[in-house]
Amino acid sequence: MALKDIGTVETKYFTFAEPPHEFKLESGRTLGPITLAYETYGKLSADKSNAILVMHAFSGNAHVAGPEQGDQDPPWWDFMVGPGKALDTEQYFVLCINVIGGCKGSTGPSTVNPKTREPYGLDFPQITIGDMVRSQKVLIDSLGIKKLHAVIGGSMGGMLALQWVASYPESVECVIPIAATLKHSPQQIAFNEVGRQAIMADPAWNHGNYYGGAMPEKGLAVARMVGHITYMSNDSMEKKFSRRLKDDNSGFKFSADFEIEGYLQHRGMTFVKRFDANSYLYITKAMDYFDLSDAKWIPEGGLPNVRFLVIAFKSDWLYPSVQSQEMVKQLKMRHVDATYCETDSTYGHDTFLIESEKEKQSHLIRHFLAKRS
Amino acid sequence: MKPTAERLDHQAICGLIEPEAKVLDLGCGNGDLLHLLVTQKKVKAQGVELNNDAIHSCVEKGLSVIHSDIDSGLPYYPDRSFDYVILNQSLQEVKGVESVIREALRVGKKVIIGFPNFAHVEARILLCFGGRAPISSSLPYEWYSTPNLRFLAVKDFRDFCRQKGYKILAARYLGKRGKVFFMPNLWALHAIFVITK
Repeated sequence: MALKDIGTVETKYFTFAEPPHEFKLESGRTLGPITLAYETYGKLSADKSNAILVMHAFSGNAHVAGPEQGDQDPPWWDFMVGPGKALDTEQYFVLCINVIGGCKGSTGPSTVNPKTREPYGLDFPQITIGDMVRSQKVLIDSLGIKKLHAVIGGSMGGMLALQWVASYPESVECVIPIAATLKHSPQQIAFNEVGRQAIMADPAWNHGNYYGGAMPEKGLAVARMVGHITYMSNDSMEKKFSRRLKDDNSGFKFSADFEIEGYLQHRGMTFVKRFDANSYLYITKAMDYFDLSDAKWIPEGGLPNVRFLVIAFKSDWLYPSVQSQEMVKQLKMRHVDATYCETDSTYGHDTFLIESEKEKQSHLIRHFLAKRS
Repeated sequence: MKPTAERLDHQAICGLIEPEAKVLDLGCGNGDLLHLLVTQKKVKAQGVELNNDAIHSCVEKGLSVIHSDIDSGLPYYPDRSFDYVILNQSLQEVKGVESVIREALRVGKKVIIGFPNFAHVEARILLCFGGRAPISSSLPYEWYSTPNLRFLAVKDFRDFCRQKGYKILAARYLGKRGKVFFMPNLWALHAIFVITK
């Protein structure tokens, strides 16, 4: 069966918290005005009960599905969202919002501060996962949506989904955290810190004040290279590159002799064209500070009207399945309706972005989302 | 156990459970039993299963299921979380039988255990006169590929309950075509017990 085309998709913008009604952040500081870039797919039903909020990962954006738009990033979850797909846009109204602190249309450190008429740079206040979710709630409220049928995301998107149900337990029905965690382990914080140090060690970074001049491309590219290693698995690297050389005459030249080196350099250099170094610092910090592990995210009386689908990947060593099992453990302790699946895919953390023929995560998600009587 | 169009053991278990009970099925497979209990008895169902294809089937049926093995699937459930914990055709595949039953009796008010009766007449004849490990309708596997780790008879299970001090609240014995009422240790292919502490 040929799937219908999703049609044209446009990025929309929603601005709020105009001074003097600025948005109060968890840190105590304020931010305003705030613009959120978002995309929607499908139609909101008359009773507004069919909305699904998809949340992107650390370096993602609101462009979940649909055609590539000009020189922008390709859609990141096209296999999941569209007519007849797991998040069926003929049935559901799917939204994705770029997080605050980002650089894909929502207010972040590269945005011009209306007070100084200069980009915020390091004047941008530290934001948290909680702040990201509260800002998203303002937009969801403005659309008149009282209850989201589902909140879903992979990696940081999964952390946002968990924060959604923690902050607004009455406003969600289904929660689907994929390859996510209730808190970063020291190992995860450590990898983020290496990325941050690489950026800050680049002289072009200039304490975050580089807009209009040379970007800290070298530092940001190294940060991305480290990140990319952690998103793959040893198996997937072996399959894709093994120890193959780029050309036959390896010369110990400290150039990219091995294919894996060339690949990482390529990924690093592509990333700097589409991502802001300061956003990297702010968002990774927000992820590192995220911590719902004390179980307070589940109210005493449980969550009688919420269902969870927790998905983890055996080959994911960055967000290992024990972190998802910890979520499931807390859900069990509070009698919360939960399904947990640990899939065998070999792609590592990035599995949430890849549909494996053998174990289709979209199959689980499609059936889980179906309303129960 | 091979799937049949209408499994007698599923029907028997369904008859033992009150409507709207909270049920945990350990080793729920593709969810057929839980689905039957949800549709016929409106139970609140939770499954535990290790096989991913089976988990996908459960989710297709609208069931909640947790990926875990039975031996480690029970911690963290508070005491008496469920009205029934079911171990149907799965106990004989478990490593830590005593600890699994003990845990099942902690998280469930009652535990339903269904297993193939190793002392069924067919198995006895095959072993006694055939001189080989029995392969029968309730024990359909070759010795080298059977998932069964335990081979027990109706009498063995009754002895076990007596030793542990578990009360047997009900028992159902099944043959090829229906219930068995006479000499179950000899004539039952499958036994189903409801036990409590």
